[in-house]
Amino acid sequence: MADTYNEGAGAGADFDLSQFYQIFFEEAGENLDQMEQMLLDLDLSAANDEELNGIFRCAHSIKGGAATFGFSDVAELTHQMESLLDRLRRHELQPVPAMVDVLLDSADASRSLLARHQSGGQGEAVSTADLVRRIAELAAGQAPTLSAPVPPAPAPAPAPAPVAEPAPAAAPAPASAGGAARALQIQIGPMERMEQADAIKELFRDIAGLGTIEDLPATVPQTRLYAVQTSSTDDDLLDLFAFHVAKEQVQIRSMEGAAPVEPEPADATVQAVSDMAGGAPYGFFPGAPGAPAEQQAATAAQPVANAAGARSAAPRTGDAKSAQMESTTIRVDVKKVDQLINLVGELVITQAMLAQNSQGLDPAAYQQLLAGLADLDRNTRDLQESVMSIRMIPMSIVFSRFPRMLRDVANKLGKKVDLVTLGEATELDKGLVEKITDPLTHLVRNSVDHGIEAPEDRIAAGKPEHGTITLSASHQGGSIVIEVRDDGKGMSREKILRKARERGMDVSDAMPDSEVWQLIFAPGFSTADVVTDVSGRGVGMDVVKRNIAALNGSVEIDSAEGYGMRVAVRLPLTLAIMDGMSVGVGNEVYILPLSSVVESFQVNPDDVSTVAQGSQLVKVRDEYMPVISLERVFQVPRQDQDKSSTIMVVVESDGSRIALLVDELLGQHQVVVKNLESNYRKVANVSGATILGDGTVALILDTSSLVRRARH
Amino acid sequence: MLSILAVDDSPSMRKMVNFTLTGAGYRVVEAVDGQDALEKADTHEVALVLADQNMPRLDGIGLTRKLREHPRYKTTPILILTTESSDQMKQAGKAAGATGWLVKPFDPNRLIEVIQKVIR
Repeated sequence: MADTYNEGAGAGADFDLSQFYQIFFEEAGENLDQMEQMLLDLDLSAANDEELNGIFRCAHSIKGGAATFGFSDVAELTHQMESLLDRLRRHELQPVPAMVDVLLDSADASRSLLARHQSGGQGEAVSTADLVRRIAELAAGQAPTLSAPVPPAPAPAPAPAPVAEPAPAAAPAPASAGGAARALQIQIGPMERMEQADAIKELFRDIAGLGTIEDLPATVPQTRLYAVQTSSTDDDLLDLFAFHVAKEQVQIRSMEGAAPVEPEPADATVQAVSDMAGGAPYGFFPGAPGAPAEQQAATAAQPVANAAGARSAAPRTGDAKSAQMESTTIRVDVKKVDQLINLVGELVITQAMLAQNSQGLDPAAYQQLLAGLADLDRNTRDLQESVMSIRMIPMSIVFSRFPRMLRDVANKLGKKVDLVTLGEATELDKGLVEKITDPLTHLVRNSVDHGIEAPEDRIAAGKPEHGTITLSASHQGGSIVIEVRDDGKGMSREKILRKARERGMDVSDAMPDSEVWQLIFAPGFSTADVVTDVSGRGVGMDVVKRNIAALNGSVEIDSAEGYGMRVAVRLPLTLAIMDGMSVGVGNEVYILPLSSVVESFQVNPDDVSTVAQGSQLVKVRDEYMPVISLERVFQVPRQDQDKSSTIMVVVESDGSRIALLVDELLGQHQVVVKNLESNYRKVANVSGATILGDGTVALILDTSSLVRRARH
Repeated sequence: MLSILAVDDSPSMRKMVNFTLTGAGYRVVEAVDGQDALEKADTHEVALVLADQNMPRLDGIGLTRKLREHPRYKTTPILILTTESSDQMKQAGKAAGATGWLVKPFDPNRLIEVIQKVIR
C-alpha cells in the first residue's frame, strides 16, 4: 500500500474527484505563495492577529483540500503547520525565527509533494518526518519532548481531524511525574478474541506509572475503545501493546482539547452520531432549526481505515526531485495588459500600413510577399481578438451589486420588487464595467422610485403586488446592450410635455414618443411629484446620459403608460478599438463610429431646404433632419473650389438623427482609438483620433455632440 | 428544484460540493465567504446552507448567527463544515443556531446523505 499511488482516497466510490485536482493544485499553490509572502513579511516582535490568522488560514485551506482530495501526505504536513500556527494566533506561543524557518521549509516541502501528485506520482516524495518533528517540538513550546511527534500508529489518512487536533484554548493537561500526561483515546481491534483487549487493560493495572485506562462505548464492532491518561509516548505504548495485539489493531488518538477523562461532549444535548469523542463525522443539534426529527444513528463510522496510505509519504527519505508546480492561471497587473493592448494596437496600424502600401504591387512578381502579408493580416486579427479578450469580464460582476441595493431602496420606499437578471455571462471590457456601474445604479433606483408603484396601487391596477425589474445584458453585433426594464407605471407623455413647457423648453404635441422620452435627459428635468431621498431631485438622468455618451454609448427609452418602461444602454464592447466608417472631406479623413451610422445617400438638391440663419434640412422619407456640413464645422480648406460635398451620411444619437454632408465614403474598418484628451486636449465634436493605414492621423467624430449641436 | 447555498473560500471545495450536489439534483448557489453568502442569501431562495467554518471576512458560525436574524432564514437548515469537531466548535455552532455540522474531509456520498436528512 505504501507504494500504491492512491490519490482520491477520500472520494466516494461513484465520485471521481480527480476532475477537481487541477483547481486544487492551483489554489494550494496560491495559498503557499501567499503564506510564504506573509511569513517573510512577518515582524516577529510585533506580529498582529490579522497576519497570523492569514497565515493560519492558508495552511488550513490547503489541509482541508488535501484531505478532501486524498493527498494525505500534504494534509498531514499542513495539519502540523496549522497546529503550530493555531497556537501562535491564540498567543499561546511567542513567534520565534525558528518557527518561520520551519514553516517556510514545510511550505517548500508541501509544494514539492503537490508537484509530485500533480505529475501523477512521479519521482520520490520528500521526507516530511523531520519537518513534522521540528514543528511538533516548536509547537510544544520549544522544549524538545521525548514523545514522538507523529503517532506512528496508523493515522487516519483522509481524516486529519482526529489526529492530534491542536489543543485550542484548553489548559495543558496537568503534568505528572516523569513527563506531561496526555489524554488519549485508544481503539483496539478489530479482533477475534475480545480478551486480547482485556489484556491491554491489565497492563495499566500491572505497570505502575503507566497511567489510567477507562472503558468507552465502542463504536465499531469487534473493537474496544478506551480513554487513557498517560505520560508514555505512543511508541512506548505500542511496544507494550505488541505483546497482546498487532500494531495494526491499535489506533491512538490524542484527546487533548477535550475533557481529559470524560470523552462525552460537554453539552449533553449535543448529539453526535457516532464516536462521541470529537470524531463524529457529522451531527445535528437537537431542536436546532431545521434539524431532522429523528436522529438516526449514522451507520457510517469515521473513515479510520486507509491507514497505510497516510504513512506512505512520511518515512520516505532520499533526495527528492521536486517537480515544478504548474499553474494554469496567472495574475497580471492591469497596466501590463493595457500595455499589451496598446502594442497590439500599434501592430494593427503597422499591418494596415503594410497592406495599403502593398496594394499596388504586381501579384505575380511579389507572390510570396503578398501571401506573407495575408498571413500577417489574419494573425494580427487573431492576436488582437485574443488580447482584447483578456480584459473582458462578465456582467455578473456589475449585476451582483443590485440585489442588495434594490432591496434596501424598496424597503425604504415600502415597495415590493423582484429582480430578474439575464445574460450575466455577457462579457464586457473591464474599463467599461467600472464606468457603467454608476449609471446603471441610477437607472435601477429610478425604476424602483418612479416606475414601480406602491403595492396597494399595483393591486388596484390589477397587477401583481410585487413589481419586477429586469436587468439584462446581451451582445448585439459589435455592441453590448444593457437593459433596465420595469413593469411599473411607465412615463406619462403629457406630464413630460407639460413639465418641459414649464421649463420653457421647445416642445410640441406632435413630437414622436422617442423624442418626448429623450426630454427627461435634459439637465434638471424631473417629473417626480414628490422628491424622495432616493431620487427625484432632477439630478441624474442627464448625468447618466452624459456618462454613457462618454463611453461612446447611447441610451434608448421606451415606455408605455401603465405598463412600464425600458431603458436600453448600448455600449461598444471595448473602448480601445471600434468599427468606424471613414469619410473624406477635402483632403481630410474623418472617422464616424459605425454604430451611429444609419444610412448614406447621394444628395438630391430638391430634398434640401434652407431655413433660418442658413441652416439646412433634408427630407428623408418624409422625415426632416438637420444637415451639418463637416466642411464648415471643421473649416476644412478646399483647394479644388469646384468640388463640393454631395454625399450625406445619416447618423443617429440619443434617438435623434442628423445628416452629415461629406465628399466621399472611403470605407469601413476597425480603428484603434487614441485618446485625444490625454494626449492633447479636448476638441469640440471630436471623441478621439486614430492612425490610418497610410500613417496619417484621422479624427474620430463625436456624433452625439454633433447631434446636440444641430438640435440646439 | 431546491437550491443549496454552498459557502467556502476554497474554489476547489466549492467546485466539488457544487458537482456533488448538482449531481444529486439540487441547484447550487456558491458564495466565497460569509459576507458574500449573506448577499446571496438575500437574493436567492435557498433550502439549505452549507457553510465552511474557517473563512475570511465572516466565518461559518458568524454567518449562521446573521442568517438567523434574517426573517427568511429562521428555520432553514444550516450545516457547518469544519475540520475540527471539537466541543467548543459544537457549542458555538449550536449557540449560533446551526442545524448541525459535518467534518471535513467528507465523502461526497456522505454529504448527500447528511443533506437528505435535513432537507425537505
